[in-house]
Amino acid sequence: MIAYVIRRVFQSFVVLLVVGLVAFSMFRFVGDPIDNMLGQERTQADVERLRTTLGLDQPFPVQYAKFLANAAQGNFGVSYRQGRPVATIISERAPATLELALVSGTLALVVGIGLGVFTAIRRNGVASNVIMTTSLIGVSLPTFLIGILLIYVFSVSLGWLPSFGRGETTQIGGWSTGFLTASGLKALILPSITLGLYQMTLIMRLVRSEMLEVLRQDYIRFARARGLRERSVNFRHALKNTMVPVITVVGLQLGAIIAFAIITETVFQWPGVGLLFINAIQFVDIPVMAAYLMLISVMFVGINLIVDLLYFAIDPRLRIDGRHA
Amino acid sequence: MSQPVLSVRDLIVEIPTRHGLLKPVDGVSYDISPGEILGVVGESGAGKSMTGNAVIGLLDRPARIASGGIYLNGERIDNLSLAQLRRYRGKQIGMVFQDPLTSLNPLLPIGDQLTETIQEHLGVSGGEAHNRAVAALDEVGIPAAKERIGSYPHEFSGGMRQRVVIALALCAEPSLLIADEPTTALDVSVQAQITSLLKRLCRERGMAVMLVTHDMGVIAETADRVAVMYAGKLAELGPVREVITSPRHPYTDGLMGSTPLASKGKRRLHQIPGNMPRLGQLPDGCAFHPRCPYTQDRCKADPGPRLKTCDGRAACWFPLDGAQAAKGVA
Ligand SMILES: Nc1ncnc2c1ncn2[C@@H]1O[C@H](COP(=O)(O)OP(=O)(O)OP(=O)(O)O)[C@@H](O)[C@H]1O
Ligand code: SF4
Ligand SMILES: [Mg+2]
Repeated sequence: MIAYVIRRVFQSFVVLLVVGLVAFSMFRFVGDPIDNMLGQERTQADVERLRTTLGLDQPFPVQYAKFLANAAQGNFGVSYRQGRPVATIISERAPATLELALVSGTLALVVGIGLGVFTAIRRNGVASNVIMTTSLIGVSLPTFLIGILLIYVFSVSLGWLPSFGRGETTQIGGWSTGFLTASGLKALILPSITLGLYQMTLIMRLVRSEMLEVLRQDYIRFARARGLRERSVNFRHALKNTMVPVITVVGLQLGAIIAFAIITETVFQWPGVGLLFINAIQFVDIPVMAAYLMLISVMFVGINLIVDLLYFAIDPRLRIDGRHA
Repeated sequence: MSQPVLSVRDLIVEIPTRHGLLKPVDGVSYDISPGEILGVVGESGAGKSMTGNAVIGLLDRPARIASGGIYLNGERIDNLSLAQLRRYRGKQIGMVFQDPLTSLNPLLPIGDQLTETIQEHLGVSGGEAHNRAVAALDEVGIPAAKERIGSYPHEFSGGMRQRVVIALALCAEPSLLIADEPTTALDVSVQAQITSLLKRLCRERGMAVMLVTHDMGVIAETADRVAVMYAGKLAELGPVREVITSPRHPYTDGLMGSTPLASKGKRRLHQIPGNMPRLGQLPDGCAFHPRCPYTQDRCKADPGPRLKTCDGRAACWFPLDGAQAAKGVA
């Protein structure tokens, strides 16, 4: 098992090196940062000085190695547009995205698994059929449309909830949170529903179909034949077996929530990392774009690793250790 | 004679389908006494599993009990609600399925599966349940039960897993065990061990056992009486020796036809020419008449023969006597 973990960690590093190369290549091949940073009126001396400051005069492999070394220490260079360190800018924006992702991820997970189990157990009930039909909307409507619909109903027509921004935030250390004020919490509702709806329906439909499959298994029949309560059959025996195939997808979907926050943040003008990235694209702010790319891939690689390790925790058949190798 | 543990009376199981009402179990009656093993044989689709599932209330929809009665130690159980019936499952009626590889939850140690069953039915403390779980594994012949109790199902061989399944079915000390082809999925080498285990447990506990199998050798070695099923009905029911040595129903005779009972090796049921008719297309009269070498006009007329309307042992208008069977026809 240790060998397996080491191998997986090693693979993760290789993936990150490749992503790093892609991110770094953007510096060389997309736009010219000098053009972006210096206006029309510039001297050749200005250009040279900036090239040296940014390290653009060095050979490619050296630049790449430096880039990686810096990135590993959380140093992603200086934003072309704002002239401030990218790491600072991102750490200012990260709380907004992470809080949004946390709320929508929890929503997607709890409601998704709950409804999935419900619709599987009550396979033929009216409520299940209504839920299943409604869920089709969740998977088929594009995120921005859901966001705009929600804004139209709850902000424009009813005026209950704000249509943009985070509301009032409280500063705790370096972290700005919207959890502590009423307006901050209200502001979270629409964006987190918009962001989590797709994942929620996906998780629900997946849990349902896996659970139906598990409920057909002999060991469920045998559990019933042993006289166990329905609750124990459904949750102790069926749900745990359902989770084994569900974990991978759920893990990746939670990662996708952060990655897809871009759209939701744009619709709701949510001051998070996604919106930062969109703005960075408009200004060809390569260091910000590269940092965003790196962070998202670190996250996905990390989630993948955790998912694989969770398998070991849940499924004893994979724990091939000294005893029964 | 003591009261039977299980009495099945005129049991009819129905399945409503688009093409009409099917009766996979049609008017089956039998008793099983304490300490007795009733073997149930018949071709695939004869309704053996349906009968067992009906007794423990595990019929898959849309199948349902249409009429008849099921009595356990004199109490009627076929009309109980699911919640009431659940208390009988595991506690009064144990059930063992065909495939031990899929009968156990792969994610729970076998000890947990045992203790949850014991605690559910016997209401004992966790420590006591643990001790009983070890004892149950001991009883079915799991070596080093104390050490193996934390093991997961995949850490056991097929034969050992079926022993665990039997321990699970019996850990709350039911008075009736339904074993639906308990050895079919096992290696030939361990089949005999499992059947002799069942036989031993039946004798020691005075338990009634319904043993469904395709293996006439198993029936001959373990069962006290045998019920032969054909197309949802009982074809023949009687003491195992008599049924095997002098079958009265032509179908039983066909099954035994060339069964080399004494010899080892292949002991499967004899192949009778033709197939059992599908449930939706049963012929009038005796369902066996298209394949029967002794068919006469009366056999084709409605209503067909029943155990009750015939001699009580074979549902046949023209039961064989020993001489006829020995001669053999066809
Ligand atoms: N949902 C259903 N619809 C129609 N027919 C069904 C349905 N379920 C079962 N049957 C039929 O019921 C009959 C009885 O099946 P059962 O499982 O009791 O047979 P069996 O004697 O146990 O056979 P085997 O030896 O193969 O286990 C079969 O003919 C089967 O085709
Ligand atoms: S009743 Fe007639 S057809 Fe049916 S088994 Fe007896 S002899 Fe054969
Ligand atoms: Mg069967």
